[in-house]
Amino acid sequence: MRKRTRRAAAAAVVAGAGLALAACGGSDSGGTGGAAELTISANAVAGGKNTEEAEWIEDWVIPRFEAAQAEAGVEVDVSFEPSGVDDEQYKTRLALDLQAGSGPDILTLDGIWVGEFAQAGYIEPLPEGDWEGWRHIPEAVAGLATWEGEVYGVPWGTDGRVLFYHKELFARAGLPADWQPRSWDEVLAAAGRLAELDGVTPLQLNAGTAMGEATTMQGVLPLLAGAGEEIHDGRAWTGASDGLLRVLDLYERVYGGGLGDPVLQQEAQGRDRSFEQFAEGELGILVEGDYFWRAVVNPEGGTAPMDNRDEAVGWALIPAAEPGAGVGGQDFVSMSGGSVRAVNAAGGHPELARELLLFMNSAEALTAAVEGDARITARTDVNERVLAGDPMLSFVADEVLPLTTYRPPLAEYPRVSVLLQEATGAVATGERDAAEAAGDYADGLEDVTGGGG
Amino acid sequence: MAAADAAGLGRRRAAAFVAPALLLIAGFLVFPALWTVWLGATDYRLTGFAAAEPEFTGLDNVRHALGEDSFTHSLGLTLQFVLGSAVLGQAVLGFAIAWLLRERRGALRRLVEALVLLAWILPGSVVAFLWIALLDRNDGTLNALLGTPGTAWLVEHPMAAIIVFNIWRGTAFSMMLYAAALSTVPPTQLETARLAGASRWQQLRDVVLPAIRGHVLTNLLLISLWTFNDFTPFLLTGGGPADETETMPVFIYKTALFNGELGYGAALSVLMLLVNLVIALVYVRLLRRRDPGASSGNGTGAGAGPVAAERAGAP
Repeated sequence: MRKRTRRAAAAAVVAGAGLALAACGGSDSGGTGGAAELTISANAVAGGKNTEEAEWIEDWVIPRFEAAQAEAGVEVDVSFEPSGVDDEQYKTRLALDLQAGSGPDILTLDGIWVGEFAQAGYIEPLPEGDWEGWRHIPEAVAGLATWEGEVYGVPWGTDGRVLFYHKELFARAGLPADWQPRSWDEVLAAAGRLAELDGVTPLQLNAGTAMGEATTMQGVLPLLAGAGEEIHDGRAWTGASDGLLRVLDLYERVYGGGLGDPVLQQEAQGRDRSFEQFAEGELGILVEGDYFWRAVVNPEGGTAPMDNRDEAVGWALIPAAEPGAGVGGQDFVSMSGGSVRAVNAAGGHPELARELLLFMNSAEALTAAVEGDARITARTDVNERVLAGDPMLSFVADEVLPLTTYRPPLAEYPRVSVLLQEATGAVATGERDAAEAAGDYADGLEDVTGGGG
Repeated sequence: MAAADAAGLGRRRAAAFVAPALLLIAGFLVFPALWTVWLGATDYRLTGFAAAEPEFTGLDNVRHALGEDSFTHSLGLTLQFVLGSAVLGQAVLGFAIAWLLRERRGALRRLVEALVLLAWILPGSVVAFLWIALLDRNDGTLNALLGTPGTAWLVEHPMAAIIVFNIWRGTAFSMMLYAAALSTVPPTQLETARLAGASRWQQLRDVVLPAIRGHVLTNLLLISLWTFNDFTPFLLTGGGPADETETMPVFIYKTALFNGELGYGAALSVLMLLVNLVIALVYVRLLRRRDPGASSGNGTGAGAGPVAAERAGAP
């Protein structure tokens, strides 16, 4: 009896210790043999979100890079860590991993996260070197990966925002098939005509926190650029400026005037809902990035495919409030973002990882990546080849990118973006008028820049 | 102490025997709790400078939380949620079902119990998906049933929606607990009350409730704490629209993980723990008060005397 008790106690102690050890240890990869192990992470998963990117990494990048290294006598074992979630969730997971000192060797970041990741020491500037690729990457695009004068990674793609409109609805409302508004009033006038149609929401202008960053990128910022301002003038946040008031006032006119659907803006799945409505011919005008064209209404593999996309979907430049009122006196404006691949500062094989990074951004690799799924890459040499067959993407590359603007590469930006989402949400639901919402925004801004929280 | 050593293990062996459990408790409960308290006193963030070099800020986070509208707002929402869905909803509905089924046997009882239990045991994500479909604005079942097309329940009545949802989801526990409790009420007392001419309501009030008072309080304590810490509403509303369903767990999740403010989120967690403690203390004090009927015995009084006498054996 006694003996058995003792043995049980010993077993329990061992089990307890084992558990404790397991809880503490964990991330040792225990690599067998001499092969260097590298991990690539992206918010992409085969058969799900950004499936082409995931397939490209698994079927093109990994085997070819491993083969090329083997030829040079280096044994490398590259693996891919797929993910298919909202960008904000992907960012959280990545940051948690990096904070724990682990995480993938190559990470894909939204360009706007570069600042805060660099501040945290998760990524480090790329060493100087003459990589041929930089010659093909325009300066504005390279800016995506640049923070405080240092380059932290290689930009991978960019995009542009336009007004998408449903040509069939336009025809029914007696509006022209080749539409190009020159001011906000002309957009509102067209929306007013669409409002006369039965069962049609005229205009979707993203607002509120449920839409996340889409509100800022596809709502506030292009409008603000159209009012001749940016949220950060290079020295300070512009706050509750005249331009912002004009933007919020436009929100009031859209949602208070029955031109947009304020309920949709608050639904957790509101953005996807609006895509469906557009595809089903229930939504007239939409401010969106080219993502909408290639990944949403794309008849092949889009999330809300439209068989007649090429005939039914029109696009136009986003006009300034009135001609010449945009940033830099422009008549038309846009916003661009894009993603960047960077190297984990705490990775085990930094040099090999950098080699892989440059390999993934070679002209050959990028061309393979966008084959059959045209998109605007960071490299002009690749774009010339792959965009030719796609009128919408060529339009963005040729007409939109020259007049586009980028978000300020500052670590505070994501928090400022949330404040803008809250302000537009409050106006869209009628909870606040434009002036009150602008005041709330200014208060919140003080909290963010004053280091509050 | 040694004299009471019934197992005959001796002090050292007894210590060795409980050491593994203590180690586990220390590793998985005490250490994380202390870690949270420490984190809560820093400006630790997920990214940016404060991720690389967090600074000790003492009680700043707590002060900030108490002065922040969104904290009090979220605390208020949580209390609404607990009061509406647990204390009023689950407890009352659970009791009602148990009371109505108490003398029934057979198919009906089994059917009702199975349905209620089903709501309890289904995975949260599945249930959330079903409820989103039920409440959907465009093709939702509820709108079809009520003939209210276009009503976005989760946007227009978000708090009511998650309260009803949680009542539906959690009633099973109260039902089972009360069913067990009701079976402990001595039939003789009910018989006596009936002979004395007590109405249904009077029987309930003066015989049944005093007899199961301990069960009621235990049930309320458990479901209040569970509901207070429940994250499932997030699956339905994501805390929105705006922040109308941002209960404490959702608020902390958004602050700590979504906005990356780990230090501030940790401080909020500690505050939430304190609120939990307060709730628990209130119930435990109520539980300890053995004889609440003493002052209320001046009503009809029919069953009060014998009940108090026979309750000595109750848990």
